[in-house]
Parts: sequence; C-alpha cells; structure tokens
Amino acid sequence: MSDAQVPGVKVSGAAELTNAVGLHARPSVKLTQLAKSFGAAIEVGLSADGPWVDAKSPVKIMRVKAAKGATLYFRAQGADAGKAVAALVDLVERRFDEEEAEAAGEGSGGAA
Amino acid sequence: MSEVRLQGHSASPGLAAGPVVVLAARTASRQATGDPVREAEALRAALKAAAADIAALAERTGGEAADMLGFQLALIEDDALAEGAFDAIGAGIPADHAWREALNAEIAGYEAAEDEYFRARAADLTDVRDRVLAELNGESAHAPTSGIVAAHDLPPSRFLGMDWSQGGAILLAAGSPTSHVAMLARSRGIPMIVGLGGDPARLAGEVLVDGATGAVVIDPSPETRRAFESRRGEDEVRAAAAATGLKEKAATADGTAIAVLINIAEPDELDGLDPAICDGIGLVRTEFLFHGAGALPDEEHQYSVYRRMVEWAVSDGVQRAVTIRTLDAGGDKPIAGLTEDGESNPFLGVRGIRVSLKHPEVFRVQLRALLRAAVHGPLKVMLPMVTVPEEIEASRRLMSEEFAALNAAGVAARQPALGIMVEVPAAAIAIDMFDADFFSIGSNDLTQYITAAARDIGNVAYLADPLNPAVLRMVERVAARGAALGREVSLCGDAGGEPAIIPHLIAAGLRTVSMAPVQVAAAKATIRAVDLRRAAAVEAGAVCQDAGK
Repeated sequence: MSDAQVPGVKVSGAAELTNAVGLHARPSVKLTQLAKSFGAAIEVGLSADGPWVDAKSPVKIMRVKAAKGATLYFRAQGADAGKAVAALVDLVERRFDEEEAEAAGEGSGGAA
Repeated sequence: MSEVRLQGHSASPGLAAGPVVVLAARTASRQATGDPVREAEALRAALKAAAADIAALAERTGGEAADMLGFQLALIEDDALAEGAFDAIGAGIPADHAWREALNAEIAGYEAAEDEYFRARAADLTDVRDRVLAELNGESAHAPTSGIVAAHDLPPSRFLGMDWSQGGAILLAAGSPTSHVAMLARSRGIPMIVGLGGDPARLAGEVLVDGATGAVVIDPSPETRRAFESRRGEDEVRAAAAATGLKEKAATADGTAIAVLINIAEPDELDGLDPAICDGIGLVRTEFLFHGAGALPDEEHQYSVYRRMVEWAVSDGVQRAVTIRTLDAGGDKPIAGLTEDGESNPFLGVRGIRVSLKHPEVFRVQLRALLRAAVHGPLKVMLPMVTVPEEIEASRRLMSEEFAALNAAGVAARQPALGIMVEVPAAAIAIDMFDADFFSIGSNDLTQYITAAARDIGNVAYLADPLNPAVLRMVERVAARGAALGREVSLCGDAGGEPAIIPHLIAAGLRTVSMAPVQVAAAKATIRAVDLRRAAAVEAGAVCQDAGK
C-alpha cells in the first residue's frame, strides 16, 4: 500500500457480497458515505472490466442492483486511492456491519 | 379586532387552542414558465425543499422509518437522480413533466428487478417523486409537526404523514364525520370539525376549537379565552380521574361485568398502548392496508400486520381476542381499481362484503393472511355489510377452501371464528336467520339505515340518533338473540364509546362495547356508575304505579 500516497495512481480491489440482501438500501448508503469520505475518484463494477459507476452516487449504485453472491470490483484514482479501496473492500467483507440485524429483522436471511 | 365564530359539524371531540396552519388545496397546479432556466431553478428549489422535509422527518422518527428516510434523502441529494430531468428541461420540457418522466423511468427499472428487495425500492422512489411534485405544484408536502390544521379536505395518507404526538386539531371546509380521516382523528383523540364551508384560509389566526360542538372561535376575546381555558382545565381533571381506573376491568355498580374492547384503524396506534386497558380488540379496520400507492397489499404484508396485532393483544400473557374486519371498501371509502366508480348511491351500493365477494381474488388473499395469523393467538374474522345469510355461507366456503389449500401446502393455519357486523336492518331484524359465530353491531351505519338519515348531511344529522328508540330496540333484539344462543354480541360503532349512550346500551342487554382507545377511560368510569338494579327498580315501580291507577 505504499503507492497509495502517490497522486494519480490507480488502485483496484474486489470483494464478494455475502450479506443477505445484497447492495440494498442501507448498505448502498453506507458504501457511498464511506466513498465520499475519500478524495479519490472511486468506481464500482460487477466485473473486472466494468462497466463502472461512480461509487459516491447512491442512485447509480442502486441502479446496479447487485444481489447477494455478486462480486463487487472497485477501482480508484487519487491521493488516497489505496486507502479508499481497502476501506471499501473491508466494508463489504464486514457485511456492512449489519448482517445480524437483517437476519433477525427480515426473517428471510441466511439464519432461516 | 373582534372574535369570529364559525359553526361546523363535530367529527371528533376534544378542545384545542392555538395558531392555525392552512394547508394548500391539493388541486393547485403549476403554470410552466416556458423558460428552461427558470424551470431548472424551480426543480432545484423543489428538490432542496423536499430534501429538507425528509431530513426533518428523519430527525424525529426512529428505527426502520428513519432508515427508509435516510435512504430517500441519499437519493434526492444525489445529482444523478435528476440528471435526466434537467436534460429534458434543457430541451424545453416543463419542470414537473420532466421530473415525473425521469422518475417514472427510474421506478420502472426497480419494478422490473428480479430481486424483491430491489422491487420494493420502487415505493421509495414513488414517494420521492410525489414529494418533489408537490413542492413544484406549490402544495408543500411539508407536514406541520403539530398544531391546528385547516384545509378544504384531508386525505388519510396526509393525516398519517403528520406528527400528532403533540396534539393538534383538524378544521375542514368540506369533509365528513364518517370519513376515514375522522375515524383516525377520533382514535388518536385529535379534535376535528368538518363542514365549516368557505375558504380554509379565512381560519388563519389564533383559534379555539371545540370538537364536541363543532364550534371554532377565531381571534377570541380575552373573556372567551379565559372561559375556554377553565373548561379545558375541568376536562383535564376529569380525564385524570377517569385514567386512574383505566387498567381495571369494567363492571357496573351492581357487579355486572362489561367487556371493553378497542377499535383500531391503523397498526401504529398500538405503539405505546398497554393491552391491559382493554379486554381485546373489537374492531380492526383493514382499509388502512389498502391505502398504498395503487397496489393491493400482498398476503405477506397483511399477515405480518395481523400477526403483530394478535401478538400485541396477548403480549402480557392474557389471551385477548382480536376481531379483524375484512375489507370494508365502498360507500365513502372507495379504493381505486376495486370499488365501483360513480355509483348513484354509494351507501346502498357495492360496499363491504359485497365488494369482497365480487372480487374473490382479493378476498382470498386477505382470508389466507387471516388464517395464518390466527395461529398466533385468538383471532376472529368479521364480515361487514352482511345483508343475507348466503353472504356468510359464501365467505365460509372461500375460507374453508383457502384453509385446505394452506394445509395441503404445509403452511400453518387455523380456522378463526367467523362473525358478522350487524349494520343493515335486514340482518338486524331477521338476526335469527344468520348463522354467525358472533355478532357485532355497527351502530353508525345501522343508525343511518334505520333513520334514513346521514350524519354527514347537516340538515338531517339530528335524526341520525343512536338513542332513537327504534335503534335501541334493534340493539336489544340482537343482544337477546346472542344471549339465547350463547354467542357474543358487541357494539363497535361510535356509540360504544359515548358516555351519554353507554348506559342505554347496557340497559338494552349489551355486555361488550368497543371504542377508540382514547375513549376507554371515560367509558369505564361511565360503566361503573351504571346500576342495573336501580334501572330495574325504576321500571318495576313505573309498572306498579301504572297498574295501581
């Protein structure tokens, strides 16, 4: 991650969506909020070759309609691109910190 | 400046005082400027105002609702949402059309999604679309946080969008005491006056509201205000006294037990309500479920709502029954795409059970949800507007078929008791012909049909009197029939919660009354003051006197 501090560098990463409802309302808001906290331009796609959408736009993220089991690819460009990709990958891997609530609340999650 | 007094019809009792917020008419429509730059500005302003409204609403709600609003806010604050609309405006399309088209395209994308979680988001987009459209039309969707609201009329969805936790009142130029909004207002204890006429804007100012008499005083004199405040003080003292016996069971002074049930028009009413105040839910109006944006509620949604009510009623370990009325659409409660349009006389038209039997595809969904919810506690199903015994038989047949289908599919279900609302004179008069598990007298409609007078027609409203001897004799007849058969007879109309009427209902033989939760305290106090021995003695004395003459 040493190159993360170098402006203009491109960084990419990927993580599988394992939370029950995929990139649903709450997760997508969390994801875009996190993305907005970085200065880098960040994009998301469902494959390593795109198409890519702006990770800071909840409207565009929701249009992707990424369901459980999909793999999210990130690519970023800018001073903090490395940190941004690492943080976003981590958020997806942590299941957006809300899997338990979903499984208990929705009754149709993986716990059923 | 001298005070102005206006007289309307009471739709919900109670006193309120304060400044009036006048809601713009829903019919207001927008004039396009024809200038793309100004149209774009109009849309930007509407987006900003709508976002501020959502943010304010999110701040004072919690849980799931706050999450949903947070999501809507994220969408509306995202430039990508209105991109298409701004492009269209640049091409000469008026702002409202451009916005509607852009959002409809977005909504269609969600509706076509394979995943049901994404499909469900179409409703959020629809909400955002309509909120911004309202702003563009100059009818601010911004709901006052509390206070006295004046309008021409008020749709139920708008009432539900407002925060009534701090009290308030509703003053309508038009409107009806039998409307859904009036029921909601009564159940929440919000004073409401309808039929004030004229332009609601003339109500602007400081007002005193007496919901019980239908009187409004604008810019009251200091003397009027003092008299009003002292009455309000007395009311509060009385309410506090009644509240002390709120959770005790109700019985008359001579020890006759009276079951006190509550009427629920909307599931959120149960929030913060202690089931210990009542002996069960006597009436759940399921029409609220059908208010959604066009779509009829699906089985899962209905099931979860019914189940929540049943679980609330037994949440402290006491087995209280919940009586859920099947869809009572028609009359003054039309549902687009389901009820008949333009009937010459909707109150004598396709309403209540007549709608359900005409649309078995809708009825079966509701029956399945009820059969499934009945597994979770004592649930009873009540059919509205039953006129002939065949209607119960047809309903029972449909219910048995759905029960068998659920069984075959291995879905847990239980056959609930099936009763009828007694509100059509044909059913009340020939009550012995109706093989129902229980009877519940719908006093509002029964009174209106017996007296041939509508409560919402000012010139004849005095005739629609539940204390008319003909109405009371009908109540007596149904109560006697129920007692002879060992079947419960209750009364779930407005009369059931009226302290002035309750003693007459008990004297007529009723032992179960159902009312709005806010009426329970006063009703129990009234019941405790009734002495059936004394009533009997007075009657016997009168007979002896007559005989001696």
